[in-house]
Amino acid sequence: MITNNTSKHTKRSSTAGAGRRQFFSFVKKELLHIWRDKRTLFILLGMPVVQIVIFGFALTNEVKNSKIAVLDQSKDAATASLVAELNASRYFDVVDNLSSYKEIETAFQKGKIKMAVVLPSQFGEELKHSNKAAVQLIADASDPNVANTLTNYATAVVMDYQNRITNNQRLPYTIKVETRMLYNPQLKGAYNFVPGVMAMVLLLVCTMMTAITIVREKEMGTMEIMLVSPMKPQMVVIAKAVPYFLLSSINITSILLLSVFVLEVPINGSLLLLVAESLLFTLVSLSLGLLISSRAESQQVAMFISLVALFLPTVMLSGFMFPIENMPFPLRMVSNIVPAKWYYIIVRSVMIKGVGITAVWKETLILAGMLLFLLTLAIKRFKIRLQ
Amino acid sequence: MRTLKFLLQKEFRQIFRDPAILRIIFMMPVIQLIILPWAADYEIKNIKLAVTDKDHSAYSQKLITKITSSGYFQLTQYAGSYQASLEQVEDDKADLILEIPASFEKQLIKEDEAVLFIAGNAINGVKGNLGSAYLRTIIQDFNREVRLEWIQMPKFSPQTQIEVRSSNWFNPLMNYKFFMVPGILVLLLTMVGANLTAINIVKEKEIGTIEQINVTPVKKVHFIIAKLVPFWILGLIVLSLGLLISRLLYGIMPLGGFFTIYVFAAVYLLVVLGLGLLISTYAATQQQAMLISFFMMMIFVLLGGLYTSIDSMPVWAQWITKLNPVSYFIDVMRMVVLKGSGLADIGQQLGTMVIFAVVLNSWAVLNYRKRS
Repeated sequence: MITNNTSKHTKRSSTAGAGRRQFFSFVKKELLHIWRDKRTLFILLGMPVVQIVIFGFALTNEVKNSKIAVLDQSKDAATASLVAELNASRYFDVVDNLSSYKEIETAFQKGKIKMAVVLPSQFGEELKHSNKAAVQLIADASDPNVANTLTNYATAVVMDYQNRITNNQRLPYTIKVETRMLYNPQLKGAYNFVPGVMAMVLLLVCTMMTAITIVREKEMGTMEIMLVSPMKPQMVVIAKAVPYFLLSSINITSILLLSVFVLEVPINGSLLLLVAESLLFTLVSLSLGLLISSRAESQQVAMFISLVALFLPTVMLSGFMFPIENMPFPLRMVSNIVPAKWYYIIVRSVMIKGVGITAVWKETLILAGMLLFLLTLAIKRFKIRLQ
Repeated sequence: MRTLKFLLQKEFRQIFRDPAILRIIFMMPVIQLIILPWAADYEIKNIKLAVTDKDHSAYSQKLITKITSSGYFQLTQYAGSYQASLEQVEDDKADLILEIPASFEKQLIKEDEAVLFIAGNAINGVKGNLGSAYLRTIIQDFNREVRLEWIQMPKFSPQTQIEVRSSNWFNPLMNYKFFMVPGILVLLLTMVGANLTAINIVKEKEIGTIEQINVTPVKKVHFIIAKLVPFWILGLIVLSLGLLISRLLYGIMPLGGFFTIYVFAAVYLLVVLGLGLLISTYAATQQQAMLISFFMMMIFVLLGGLYTSIDSMPVWAQWITKLNPVSYFIDVMRMVVLKGSGLADIGQQLGTMVIFAVVLNSWAVLNYRKRS
């Protein structure tokens, strides 16, 4: 039932124009399908917008405004100014003043505070007379990452306080340290998360869209009709992906506009390069969707694989949430097959560091390789299945 | 009651008829629970440091040795110009740059004061920030050593020293898996539950079988309950599988007892499934239902407090988390598994979930129309 294209080689070249017309009428049909279902279209275009804004503002690796409690057993000028300094730092909010050691446990149990700072009695006296004093930090390590970070920040605040006292008396042989923060002097979370969220949203939305559209035709039986048309099955599949590629281009545009104008993340590198890389990544995602659709028999299965199964691995293994170099070796290997990882590196480099193609050619090549592999596999599977 | 029994029979048959989806429901959480927790190590270690040494003095050497022997840093480059080090940062081969200016040693000794420059890659704020904090501490230490070399310190130390002692409660070994594994289990349970029910009613709408149910005298409540119960049971099985893996693979024994977790999970699943059903009654196609439920899932998961701290979010986002069932369960998991909280301690969270469950499910029942 499918035309044998080797024997019709000569005929095909003469009907190239007709073939192109057929292809475009398929694309047009698909566009009409999308256009007809306004509600879905609205979701597809609105979802990335809402997500980039919510996540861009709300997600941050930084631990700030953490609620802490203070057990001040000394209550003198020195402890007062140290507590004030903790409270003034961006990392801590002193929400509770405890009066006994026992209260610490209850405060933790209620889950209200993340850390308790214990200032022993005679803190100020000892500081004045022996120049030595001690501070105890008790962190709620049920979230070890936060506990670790908080302990470090609190130590830094205490050190700063100590230096301030010391600097009042000039000491010989002093090394001064000046620190600069590159690329992101205000330490905004968006600089890290916008590239990550871009990778995540584009991957999931593109993959799911293509996966579902083909499986739906299978489920409703209309796929058969398309396959008996004179178009080659590969072209049927590609024609289905084209409109979604256009939709994704709109999404890329809106995401970039929002990043720049709402989240105030600059595009320091070449916009052209960034858009080209994004389109490449979109193609990878669309091909992944095609591959899923060649295996899945129902929309439910297609959706589960393209969203539920891909979501957490993308979040956790692409490097924007957890540093890849900290992972054990097997997982670092696994992270290499996550397309979002490479795109995240590219976006971060081009958008924020402002480097050119020379710095990201390797990642670009890997994405291109993935595209080739996925697309070939998807098309090959289709041919096998449908003959 | 008899109607309900038949309806339940129908639902169970439909679920078991599709082995592909059943496989995914059980396999996916198991595989992800085995793989993903290993990725969640946030401890800042092996910070990659590039050093620009324009001084090449005994002191600069000594300082570098001190830094590398601290165990936090990994010296990736030793260059003569800042530009070369900056390129390392651009290529992601270094996180921090330490610049030792020319005549650092000379100035320190002759003029009593010298300056060092640190530049950190701050795209990922934590790494740049914490890394430079570590580095400053080491430099301060080095400074003290230099002073001791040159001056006989009087007994009364002129330099103030505040000692910071830190301890970590509830998880003294700082095993992050104790926190991540139950958390990831919550996420998986939520996604599987909500997505399954979200497409369930819509599927009947799409293939038209809902009309057949609508013309029968089946009550709306019965219809919704029959949709709810099978997935509720599936959810509890997935939870049990997950807890088994946590026990066997990660050695996690909830201090507050399994009973507390199951009681909370039983209510929690009703919330998640109810949300799915509610979406299902609104959506016209499976695609819409899946998109909406997934849209919500992404927000629930990423703002659930597992990956990033809720305290650091802006106030409006903290309000979203008050409506986010995931953040309640993650909170409860953390309390029960590590702090040994029992039913009494999680009363507030449990109460909130009961309210959520009642509201969402009644809304779903009310919104399900037998007439279109």
